[in-house]
Amino acid sequence: MIEMDITKKLFSAQGEFTLSLQLNIEQGEFISLFGESGAGKTTLLRCLAGLEKPDAGSIKVNGETWFDSKNKFMLPPRHRHAGYMFQDYALFPNMSVRGNLEFALRPGAKRQRVEELIELMGLGELQQRKPDTLSGGQKQRVALARALAAEPCMLLLDEPFSALDHATRVRLQDEVLRLQRHYGLTTVMVSHDVSEVYKLSQRVMVIEQGSIAKQGSPAEVFKAGQSSGKFSFAGEVLDIETADVVFAVTLLVGNQIVRVIATPDEVKNIKQGDRVMLLSKAFNPVLVPVRSS
Amino acid sequence: MDYDLQPLLLTFKLAAITTLILCLIGIPFAYWMAYTKVRIKPVLETLVSMPLVLPPSVLGFYLLLAFSPQSAFGHFVETWIGLKLAFSFSGLVVASVIFSFPFLVHPVQSGFQGLPRSLTEAACTLGKSRWQTFVHVLLPNIKPSLLAGVVLSFAHTIGEFGVVMMIGGNLPGETKVAAIAIYDEVESLNYDAANFYALVLFSVCFIILLSVYLLNRKMLVKVG
Repeated sequence: MIEMDITKKLFSAQGEFTLSLQLNIEQGEFISLFGESGAGKTTLLRCLAGLEKPDAGSIKVNGETWFDSKNKFMLPPRHRHAGYMFQDYALFPNMSVRGNLEFALRPGAKRQRVEELIELMGLGELQQRKPDTLSGGQKQRVALARALAAEPCMLLLDEPFSALDHATRVRLQDEVLRLQRHYGLTTVMVSHDVSEVYKLSQRVMVIEQGSIAKQGSPAEVFKAGQSSGKFSFAGEVLDIETADVVFAVTLLVGNQIVRVIATPDEVKNIKQGDRVMLLSKAFNPVLVPVRSS
Repeated sequence: MDYDLQPLLLTFKLAAITTLILCLIGIPFAYWMAYTKVRIKPVLETLVSMPLVLPPSVLGFYLLLAFSPQSAFGHFVETWIGLKLAFSFSGLVVASVIFSFPFLVHPVQSGFQGLPRSLTEAACTLGKSRWQTFVHVLLPNIKPSLLAGVVLSFAHTIGEFGVVMMIGGNLPGETKVAAIAIYDEVESLNYDAANFYALVLFSVCFIILLSVYLLNRKMLVKVG
């Protein structure tokens, strides 16, 4: 259980604003922080990990105080054991893949854990390689394995898939989900990818200008409460063509490209590149623009 | 012809001791400078760099004043630590450390600054202490900078003349290093001996620098 109530002044390109957040996260929950860059998502994550200090407020994890501005207390990051995955992966270049994992072990931990993670993440072939020789997806897997090697009490993911190609991204999302379930880890992920948030998280918080604008299950948050559809997929509009009275819309859903027919009404509010939800309502699919803000 | 090897040995002894002390002081200092946010950082940076631009005689002159037993500092060191700094080998070591300081600090500091901050942060979140991070993560990843710093300060100490001249004088076995010996031999028109010292210094410095460039290239190739 994470209880957080913090404020912090932030300086962005648009000017100064105050990050002011109050949130509770249940044990084992997968939460996404969604929003535009510069909204304060990463800062929130860094405050949780202890890499940044809030101006005021408190952070409590499983009843233990991590930060309390009233008592001027801040638990240093190395005592928090929060598994943080950095956007640039931050693998130690001087150590092999195995070395990176072994370095992360807590004092007294069994070496067995490294073997287990190497097995679990399929890193066997790569274990003697240096990080510089790995591809982006491989680095990401090592970073995840390394974070887990330290037996974290939570997993903090800062845009973990942003630098990867689509196929790798989908594969790694599955992997993260599998491991998160396997270890029952409370996970907080920063992302601005709707389909990713949709796929992974149980709860999403939309952060705007430093505060929570909206929160709920991904379906509630992104569908804006309009649908009663049975199936729903998040997608991106690749192309809109006119075909007589109707429109043919080409969508990227997951890693598939699909073409659906849409009415002029539906197409009115969407344009190329927009994020949409594709809902299957009985036999005719319905397009609804995604409202992220 | 029989040459006196003492000035050469003294030179290398001075360079070795100076480099050792510089590593002990300079590497932690460079680390601190790389990450500190204190206001006086520009002032400190300027002070560290001063030996690069000042004529050695300026530094030598002030050190001479400071080292003299009549000055507060010289008096203190002589009575409390028992070291006579003016015209002594220990004085040369102190002066060389100050004089070669930027040659170690600059490359090492920029080495630290060139490392992504996330490396330190990653080690932190993995529960590692500052010391563990420093030894196992930071230092091994700035090896080329460390090598450059160590070699440059060693070579620079070998090449020192002005400061030694000012505060060391020309005492055989104590302060008469090779650079001084060359000057001395030339003054007494003993060109053969001067040439011998000069040639040794030239070759040694050439070989040291060459091996650094070769090694660094190899390291860079390995990393890239």
